[in-house]
Amino acid sequence: MRRMRLSIALIVAFCLAGPARAQDAGTVPRPALSAAEDSTLEARTTEVASMLRCPVCQGESIQDSPSELAQNMRAVVRDQLREGKTPDEIKAYFVSKYGEWILLEPEMKGLNVLLYVFPVLLVVGGLALVTVLVRRWTTPQPSER
Amino acid sequence: MNWKRATIAVFASTPLIALFAYGFTRDPGEIPSPLPGREAPEFALEVFAPGEAPLARRVGDTISLRELTGKVTVVNFWASWCLACRDEHEALSETARQYAFSPTQFVGVLYNDRPALGVNWIERMGGQSYPSVTDERSRTAIDYGLYGVPETFVIDPSGRIAYKHIGPITSSVLRSWIDSLLPGAATDTATELETR
Repeated sequence: MRRMRLSIALIVAFCLAGPARAQDAGTVPRPALSAAEDSTLEARTTEVASMLRCPVCQGESIQDSPSELAQNMRAVVRDQLREGKTPDEIKAYFVSKYGEWILLEPEMKGLNVLLYVFPVLLVVGGLALVTVLVRRWTTPQPSER
Repeated sequence: MNWKRATIAVFASTPLIALFAYGFTRDPGEIPSPLPGREAPEFALEVFAPGEAPLARRVGDTISLRELTGKVTVVNFWASWCLACRDEHEALSETARQYAFSPTQFVGVLYNDRPALGVNWIERMGGQSYPSVTDERSRTAIDYGLYGVPETFVIDPSGRIAYKHIGPITSSVLRSWIDSLLPGAATDTATELETR
């Protein structure tokens, strides 16, 4: 009888403690993901996290960095994807907090276009210069004929 | 012919040299923040270190930014492992005490640290006049675009981030910023922000 009372008390205690714990954490309970959904979410998180710079590292993404801030930022990415936000919306969120600097690859707009166009122009210009010079050097001068 | 080549070389290299020279004048660790001038991200965080009378709040209370509308709010991110936080501790604690009876609120936000370690640190530092709150999983820190600690944000009475400071802050900077934001201050913050 005593054992039975103890069991009932334990069951009641667990039932009460469950919701209390959830409340303490301040989190909204979410439906569990299936293994397939979880792996898809993980892959999408990896993809977005790889585009964001870790603020406390040197040139590392929040996907690659083991730092706690990077891991917390990765958790934000995961949560926002789970809430249904698109990768662009998530990137916009981080840009609004950290500026364009947070993107490992700057977006191709405004002055940033120069970053993409200038190297191409430089290579094309260099090749043109080399072609002109080589032609000039290899073409026999009229006086040499 | 040599003069011509030399002139072309000078014209071609000057912009590059100027670019490098400009680069050397900049601190690569200092990244401009988009936050000053914008609405401060909302937070509701639990007090773990109560502070001291008359600024004390009960441990377990929630401090939310919404309840601080109408006050100048100083949000300081700190950690017990942060050496630079020691340098600014006295300035923050003392300034908070000086403004205890004006519409200001100081809030310490523990970053990437355990509350027990934070409490020990405050004791070792001889106390802290204002309350400190926990920030689970650094959500508020990320919302405030934090790079590290210490960082201090001063929010105007309408809830807009007026100033951001990276590194240890001094009492003179704090006082000048708070004074410029207190109701009736002569300085027009909007104008000041535009000129910054």
